[in-house]
Amino acid sequence: MQAAQNSYLVLVLLAVAAVGFAAAPLAMAWAWAKFFSPQKPGKDKNATYECGLEAKGDAWIHFRSEYYLYGIIFLVFDVETIFLLPFAVAFTGLPVGAFVAMIVFLLLLVEGLVWAWRKGFLTWK
Amino acid sequence: MIEEGLKSELQKQGVYVTTLEDLYNWGRANSVWPLTFGLACCAIEMMAASMARYDLARFGAEVFRPSPRQADLMIVAGTVTKKMAPLVVRLYNQMPEPKYVIAMGACAISGGPFKQGYNVLKGIDRYLPVDVMIPGCPPRPEALIHAIMTLQEKILNQRLTGPDRPRHLNADVPGEYPVPAYGKHDLEPSKNPEVWQPPAIPR
Repeated sequence: MQAAQNSYLVLVLLAVAAVGFAAAPLAMAWAWAKFFSPQKPGKDKNATYECGLEAKGDAWIHFRSEYYLYGIIFLVFDVETIFLLPFAVAFTGLPVGAFVAMIVFLLLLVEGLVWAWRKGFLTWK
Repeated sequence: MIEEGLKSELQKQGVYVTTLEDLYNWGRANSVWPLTFGLACCAIEMMAASMARYDLARFGAEVFRPSPRQADLMIVAGTVTKKMAPLVVRLYNQMPEPKYVIAMGACAISGGPFKQGYNVLKGIDRYLPVDVMIPGCPPRPEALIHAIMTLQEKILNQRLTGPDRPRHLNADVPGEYPVPAYGKHDLEPSKNPEVWQPPAIPR
């Protein structure tokens, strides 16, 4: 019983030593900075940006979410291209069902294009 | 303070004694971390000095830090244009104490071949306290290594107390130097009178 307790005591001692090993240099550095090395903060030293330039404006800006429209248009053309190429290559050997399915798929994508067109998104502003 | 004679006598017997000051300075001198900061062609020589052939690592100065927060040596390597000068001073201000400056090459110490140019600063010592200056256009990597050795010698000989103590132990030394602004014709102010005065010409 005594031996079992002692074996756990070793673990506790090791844990204390490990924490001390990590904390002691930090404490020494803190004490050195506190008692010997005076702090000299300033406008430049406390600045966020580290490239020599001064930061301009605020980091908390509104990000316009209209980008999703670009995303949709890109997706329409991108997916269309990817599927159209194998469709064109295998066109002569396709059964009617596959052809109809492909046309339906294309119409779905074209619907997205028509939607964007009617929204006036294709005209450059 | 231990006598030099006693010290060498003890060393012959295999007993090495030192002072805390020497130990502290020895540690500082052999772990100078420069800022990754190149302005012109001198930076190429600085890169060469840090690579395998010249191997700046032998002097503990190979850890080039990309952030001024972690660097304690600024190697001003190259032509400081007037557009770049405020950035250089601001980067120096952002470095933690103690900080040292090596002005590398003719341009950094005086403007070099572009001294008569309207857009080149005639030496970074007009704004920053430069510790070591290296002449040359560009200086060879050996010259940069020599400058670092000179700086190490300077650090090793710094007394931690007294009027010449290092900057980080001296509350009176400014932590930040004024950053020049772009004026109508020139940088304003055109120099920092605390660190630089125009040389008096004896007649």
